[in-house]
Amino acid sequence: MVRNGLIATALVFMALFLVLPLLIVFTEALSAGVDAYVSAIANPNVLAAIWLTLLIAAIAVPANLVFGLCASWCIARFRFPGRNLLITLIDLPFSISPVIAGMLQVLLFGLNGLFGPFLAAHNVQIIFAAPGMVLATIFVTFPFVAREVIPLAQEQGNDEEEAAVTLGAGFFQIFWRVSLPKIRWGLFYGVLLCNARAMGEFGAVSVVSGKVFGSTDTLPLAVQSLYESYEIQAAFAAASLLAFLALVTLTLKAALEWWQRDEIYAASTRLSSSSRKAAP
Amino acid sequence: MTTEIAMSHVTRSFGSHKVLDDVSLTVHPGELLALLGPSGSGKTTLLRLIAGLDQPDQGAITIGKIDAATRKPKERGVGFVFQHYALFRHMTVFENIAFPLRVRKAAKAAVKARVEELLHLIQLEALAARYPSQLSGGQRQRVALARALASQPQLLLLDEPFGALDAVVRRDLRRWLRHLHEQMNITTIFVTHDQEEAFDLADRVVIMNEGKIAQEGTPLDIYRAPENMFVHEFLGESNRIPCRVTSKLVYADAGYKLGEADLGDGPAITLIRPHQIIVRPARSGTWAVSRIAMMGAQARLSLTQKDATLEATLTADRLLKEGLETGVSVQVGFTGGMVSLVPEPTNLVPLWTALPLEVASDSAA
Repeated sequence: MVRNGLIATALVFMALFLVLPLLIVFTEALSAGVDAYVSAIANPNVLAAIWLTLLIAAIAVPANLVFGLCASWCIARFRFPGRNLLITLIDLPFSISPVIAGMLQVLLFGLNGLFGPFLAAHNVQIIFAAPGMVLATIFVTFPFVAREVIPLAQEQGNDEEEAAVTLGAGFFQIFWRVSLPKIRWGLFYGVLLCNARAMGEFGAVSVVSGKVFGSTDTLPLAVQSLYESYEIQAAFAAASLLAFLALVTLTLKAALEWWQRDEIYAASTRLSSSSRKAAP
Repeated sequence: MTTEIAMSHVTRSFGSHKVLDDVSLTVHPGELLALLGPSGSGKTTLLRLIAGLDQPDQGAITIGKIDAATRKPKERGVGFVFQHYALFRHMTVFENIAFPLRVRKAAKAAVKARVEELLHLIQLEALAARYPSQLSGGQRQRVALARALASQPQLLLLDEPFGALDAVVRRDLRRWLRHLHEQMNITTIFVTHDQEEAFDLADRVVIMNEGKIAQEGTPLDIYRAPENMFVHEFLGESNRIPCRVTSKLVYADAGYKLGEADLGDGPAITLIRPHQIIVRPARSGTWAVSRIAMMGAQARLSLTQKDATLEATLTADRLLKEGLETGVSVQVGFTGGMVSLVPEPTNLVPLWTALPLEVASDSAA
């Protein structure tokens, strides 16, 4: 009785706050028909926003992939002064409001910022342009890969790498053949989450973007611009792309967990049947 | 295939802690050598230094007359088997064993032939496509060994090779490793904290304590003549009896006579193993049996005399035959032991004992 009540409450809550908004996004986007939907997305400004979103993700995700791998390599393998500080610092973007992250960029690279005069003198524009948006996105999505990979690397330890050394492998052979495959699931998962956040980030990017519709708008910013100019259906059409991205991410994540569980499950059942027969 | 390894004055510290302190040791070609010691005695560190996973602070290691410091780990021709196997979890058994060949860019056909040869050697041909998580502990250990042997090392190093296995598997695998060593005759060093394992398997045993070599020799030599108290006590439990030597006669501080020893006068410690004590019921006996514990075929007796206590073991059959029970008065004799003066516990000498006549005749029967 209590259990059914709790389950019902959870389901109603989920329907109200998760499923219903998703449905509304898609129904509103298609409210004026498929043609209107297509033309809303084919709008050059929206296409430019899609392009910029993809570009930012294409830079930010690999950057944080490399950073995450380096950080996990250092933290799992070496004991050095400042190691705990590094672990804490990696979480900073999680604990800080994205708007403040954007503000920090402005304070560093803006015209009146720390490096502003230098950058202006060399005719480099970072703030209110794509480079600033890339930097802000990198900062905000900084922890995703590292947070997934570091615990995994720490748990798995250094034994296999040491074994590879004694077996004659060089540095790159160890990295490609041993270290990377060991953490591949965690790495995929981290990249997936990092990508979702890079494409969906609003706050930090909003602060450093010039909000020039058609040139420095990403998809989330375009949704806002369209909504504020009362183009409701077009706003929902753009939003539907982001909603679709969320669904794809969730599906991939579920698939990843499914494969992984499948692998572990298969291993454990075959182990229990083989250990009975096992004769040393 | 076989190589001599020499370590001279090797020292290694972690922080202020000296893990290895001036260790010198030569391992002969084709020898099967055990490094035996409690945890923290430096034995694994020594193994890692030989493999090149760590570098000595001072001293030199030569492998086959070549200074190891001039060689990278992969150039040392060393096969290393880790305590927890360290198999590559994302590779099959076949790929694990093929790894050292693949990183050396061996031809495909040669890799296949060599891996199949090794799979045959470890009798796991049927499991080539399995992943490590699908193997039992004993099987994993054998895969780790095959992987270490794949590139024909001149030296095999094993770190606690049987530590994580249950007793039966451990015994079988030990026999198998001994057999393998006899077949291949490759210089082998293994680390263990289990003295039974070291004595059973090794040609020569090196006992380590606190970063130093406490004693080295054949299993029989070490058992017959432990050079110091650490070795004696590490090899098995013993009664530790405070005593005094006066004109070569050894008397326990509790008052009873222990025997004779070739030492100067002074306070001393006598070590007597429980099985070196003979117990016989006698109405005139000055000792009493205070407790009997049965441990399978062995019985363990606690003996008391005023404040003194001794622990003795004898076979359960003998216990029944002698009619020994709790509270019975007994006579006690010693068949052996070691004595050392207190300020120099490094100098152990044998305890000479004259057995009570009736005990001697009885034990001969």
